Amino acid sequence: MGTRKKAAVKETAAVGRPGTPFRVVGNALRKVDATAKVTGVTKFADDLFLPRMLYAKLLRSPHPHARITAIDTSRALTLPGVKAVLTGHDLPIPFGILPVSQDEHALALDKVRFVGDPVAAVAAASEEVATAALDLIAVTYELERPITDAEDAVAHPEPRIHDYGDLGNLHKLVNLEFGDVEQGFAEADLVRDDLLFFEGSTHLPMEQHAAVGDWSPPPDGKLTLWSSTQTPHYVHRALAKVLELPPAKVRVIATPNGGGFGGKSDPFSHELVVAKLAMLTGRPVKITLTREEVFYCHRGRHPTLMWVKTGVKKDGAITAMHFKSLLDGGGYGSYGVASTYYTGALQTVTYHVPRYKFQGARAFTNKPPCGPKRGHGTPQPRFALEVHLDKIAEQLGMDPAELRLKQLVPPNSLTANWLRIGSMGLGACIRKVVQGSGWKEQFRNLPHGKGIGLACSSYITGAGLPVYWNAMPHSGVQLKCDRGGGVTVFCGSTEIGQGSDSILAVLVAEVLGLDPFDIAVVTGDTDLTPVDLGSYSSRVTLMTGNACIQAAERAREMIRRHAATQLAVPAERLAFAERRIFDVADPACGLSFAEAVQLAEAAEGTIGTVGSYTPQPSAGKYRGAGVGPSPAYSYSACVALVDVDPATGIVRVPRVWIAHDVGRSINAASVMGQIEGSVYMGLGEALMEEMAYRGNRNVVHKIPSLLEYKSPTTLEMCDVVTYVVEDPDPNGPFGAKECGQGPLLPVPPAVANAVYDAVGVRIDEVPITPEKVFKALRRKEKGEAARYGPDQFPDIPWPEPTRVAPPWEGGDGTAAEGGKGRQKAAALAARKR
Amino acid sequence: MLRLPSFTYLQPKTLHEALAMKVDAGPDGVFVSGGTDLYPNMKRRQQEPKIVISLMGIPELQKTEGGNDGRTEGRTVVGSCITLSELAIVPSFRRGYPVVVHAAELVSTPLLRNMGTLGGNLCLDTRCNYYDQTYEWRKAIDFCMKKDGHICWVAPSSPRCWAVSSSDVAPVMVVLGAEFRLVGPKGERVVPAGRLYANDGINYLTKHADEILADIRLPAPDDWDATYHKLRRRGSFDFPVLGVAAWIRWDDRTVADARIVLGGVASRPQEIVEAGRVLTGTDLSEEAIAAAADAAYRPAKPLDNTDFDLSWRKQMTRVYVKAALQELRQRRTAPA
Ligand SMILES: Cc1cc2nc3c(=O)[nH]c(=O)nc-3n(C[C@H](O)[C@H](O)[C@H](O)COP(=O)(O)OP(=O)(O)OC[C@H]3O[C@@H](n4cnc5c(N)ncnc54)[C@H](O)[C@@H]3O)c2cc1C
Ligand code: SF4
Repeated sequence: MGTRKKAAVKETAAVGRPGTPFRVVGNALRKVDATAKVTGVTKFADDLFLPRMLYAKLLRSPHPHARITAIDTSRALTLPGVKAVLTGHDLPIPFGILPVSQDEHALALDKVRFVGDPVAAVAAASEEVATAALDLIAVTYELERPITDAEDAVAHPEPRIHDYGDLGNLHKLVNLEFGDVEQGFAEADLVRDDLLFFEGSTHLPMEQHAAVGDWSPPPDGKLTLWSSTQTPHYVHRALAKVLELPPAKVRVIATPNGGGFGGKSDPFSHELVVAKLAMLTGRPVKITLTREEVFYCHRGRHPTLMWVKTGVKKDGAITAMHFKSLLDGGGYGSYGVASTYYTGALQTVTYHVPRYKFQGARAFTNKPPCGPKRGHGTPQPRFALEVHLDKIAEQLGMDPAELRLKQLVPPNSLTANWLRIGSMGLGACIRKVVQGSGWKEQFRNLPHGKGIGLACSSYITGAGLPVYWNAMPHSGVQLKCDRGGGVTVFCGSTEIGQGSDSILAVLVAEVLGLDPFDIAVVTGDTDLTPVDLGSYSSRVTLMTGNACIQAAERAREMIRRHAATQLAVPAERLAFAERRIFDVADPACGLSFAEAVQLAEAAEGTIGTVGSYTPQPSAGKYRGAGVGPSPAYSYSACVALVDVDPATGIVRVPRVWIAHDVGRSINAASVMGQIEGSVYMGLGEALMEEMAYRGNRNVVHKIPSLLEYKSPTTLEMCDVVTYVVEDPDPNGPFGAKECGQGPLLPVPPAVANAVYDAVGVRIDEVPITPEKVFKALRRKEKGEAARYGPDQFPDIPWPEPTRVAPPWEGGDGTAAEGGKGRQKAAALAARKR
Repeated sequence: MLRLPSFTYLQPKTLHEALAMKVDAGPDGVFVSGGTDLYPNMKRRQQEPKIVISLMGIPELQKTEGGNDGRTEGRTVVGSCITLSELAIVPSFRRGYPVVVHAAELVSTPLLRNMGTLGGNLCLDTRCNYYDQTYEWRKAIDFCMKKDGHICWVAPSSPRCWAVSSSDVAPVMVVLGAEFRLVGPKGERVVPAGRLYANDGINYLTKHADEILADIRLPAPDDWDATYHKLRRRGSFDFPVLGVAAWIRWDDRTVADARIVLGGVASRPQEIVEAGRVLTGTDLSEEAIAAAADAAYRPAKPLDNTDFDLSWRKQMTRVYVKAALQELRQRRTAPA
């Protein structure tokens, strides 16, 4: 490898928040928890040791699909040191992250659905004893035919894995149509369709999930759970439900997560189990999963088969797009219904698509459940779309960068599927990477074996809707000003390494003129902090950020009033900076922040404020419109340079140029870190990561270990040239949009497009392994199609489509089947005829 | 967490003491050096010794003698318990046996090389992704012949286990014609490296369980040259899915003798005698290299039990043998 250069280019936007020149926001700052993390002071869930603590272990199913006919725990209970054994009947109430898929049990009730599905649990004096006890639990199973993958599920509606779902083993079927795509195809100069496949992958957080349960017996009757979770609020709800405790008697504390990436966003079996075991034994109970068990928790990327058909004019203008996806969901629902919609939602937010049809299906299969992994349901279709466009550009004889630049969705507009776009910096992003990489000179001009490819993407900055329907804020913040000059900010958000604690500190410091390290941050504790929905969907900076600014501004106004009286200066003339409040006309005239707080406290009592944030309602009103809307969309463009060895098919990626429109960079160091980290994860998915199963051997996970589940090491990591583009969005805190997920998306398609540029073969499937490249090269030599990828999309009995007229066809965002929408669409159709 | 089961740990100070401890322990006892292979296996219950006898406190196994010190006749003798990191910085090794240093440096990661020893590497358990799994995982496939089961899932009709020899250094030792000194309760013997290994995934060593690999004797560096090429997914961490050790004795610019040994394709380092034969007498022309690569390609029989697709791995034998031989030719013909 060459020298590792990281060039940083920062686009500075001159505008600050009116009247609030940034002092803290936008700098590259140390994270507030960084010192504790690097010195080993941070207490992760597994670092907790409580007096008299017991250790739990889970017995997992050795069968992919079976009915439990009997469980005998008596021998395990006699093992010295064993304190309690649980089976499914001890926790019979189902749960699940989405209200529509309450299909999980803490321990399998009567059926197991994948190898690794938890069946029984033991609490013992040591982990060794708990492990030994698992061997003494006898479970009798009646085997059923396993469903190995999505195609198998389509072909075999029976035996059903769940007794709910849209059809047989198809969990969810979606059919949405925005405008008449057939007409759009008829108007096109070129219509092309492609089939692509995106393999499943897992999050691979450094920290394995761990949880500790503690119980104060009645009359307190209070349960405390510490857990490495991204979503303490949802875990709180699940615990209260399954353990039948009043929510006020349950406290969930999210310990700092050693990485999450979406893998710790569901309520999990092990969390419910340690809670119940603590209640039964009256002692604290801890569980720390093994790495293999983390593979079974999974909730990672859905393997997705995709078919996309697009009509374009000669200049690349899209006339219509039809997209189909088939997701392999694994054994449970998890976030899967949302994931399914997400594979069809964001195709419209980058390039203008006037008519759009999406059909998506999610299958139940006998494998660990899939769910949200960084990019949740959107990296797969983005891969398909960007490779597809690369082929279209070639067919039209257009430069792929030019083609994209011509079709950009305008800012402040609505898409065909009624997503509301705010700021839109994709054009700037494309220009950055095109210029930085020397795209114009390199594309189609590099020697055989070297190639360059481009792809773009967009991602939501927070889901517009919570996972359960409610009208309350998505994020709440409380702020307390101390008479000593410190400020404590309380928020339910969860630090998963992404820097959310620091965001709160930075924003409070900005508004109140303090240093971020003056701010105490209390997060992720359902007893102490107001609800924040959790660290998922790239929502935290925007939603907690807005709530936090609101709380801080309210505190500022309160303090400013009293300072103004004291200083006899009009309040509007007072500014907050350098831990002081002073007259902008005469900066020497002022008070320290602490003195000002004391004045305010003397006058008004304890200085505390609150802030909260609720996204505005989505424009779309049809069924399914809940997935896709977001307060703001981030944009990325990426160019990848590859080296392909034609003798072996081995692909190396020496360098990636990536530009990301983050709206406003709040902590420049975190933004860079998130972008580079996303590139790393995208590179792993592009080249090697794969949740592989042995379909012929009981559908076991082939490689549930860090050694054999291949993800890149530092040696495989490419150099990254990052360009931060700032196109402030009115909905973001100081204009900020997300940067934690979006930059992953363009990496796999950019690599695939670059491989084509290098050796002239299309790998329509990730990971792009040497075997696939080698096979495609062989085919090319033999004069066959120079391609490796899927060759058919199964027939799926789609339901009748929900027809929604796009905004420019006079729709109002509702489905044509119901009410005004239908009348309008019918009227429109009549007019056209 | 995955726990190491409890066991008795013994620390002999002499070879004699170690051998006696092993005799006392019987089949429940096992030797350990760096433990980077044994302990993970014990966590997964692939090996379940009750008594673990560490060889790391025995000074005799740490010594390196070499060069023309009068006793070794230009050969080098290296104790089995030298760690791979240490081995890679011994100056006489870097000078006389760069191929050994190179292979050692390709093993796993720096952290594991700081613990893992040469002896442990040469005695490394064979690997298979039906076997290198936890007890619970193996239970889900009803185990396999190598441990706790009856059938080989890789080749269900086969009477033997096909687990793969995955050491990086072993093929190099075989190709160099190194010798191993084995010390057992009944005395000691010296065997050619190739004879330590058997093509059986279960009984992959011809060494008795209570024999200790004491030292490794390397032939004097003279008119031979050798290289080792490793195929693996990533630049670190990964075991070889193919190792190509190539050795040439030069007579000016003509190949006087040649050996090719493959790792990662059988249960032992596999010498391709035919490949050596077709190279002898040639000047390593492209045709000769192609013939040798072809000879190596034909018998290489990777199975579906490591990383990567097996047909691709087989194809790669050709590519990797070629590259190794081209490197040797280039070194000989390049102006000094
Ligand atoms: C993640 C990972 C990656 C790895 N990658 C590689 C790789 O790329 N290439 C590779 O070659 N290896 C690899 N290894 C295997 C291992 O780390 C090395 O082979 C190491 O050199 C083994 O040496 P050790 O001293 O730790 O062996 P130990 O674990 O101590 O012993 C291994 C076996 O040899 C026996 N043994 C050890 N010393 C003696 C002796 N002197 N006499 C008789 N028997 C003895 C032990 O009883 C045991 O059965 C990897 C291991 C891990 C965990
Ligand atoms: S080769 Fe066969 S017997 Fe040997 S470890 Fe693998 S599956 Fe088991």
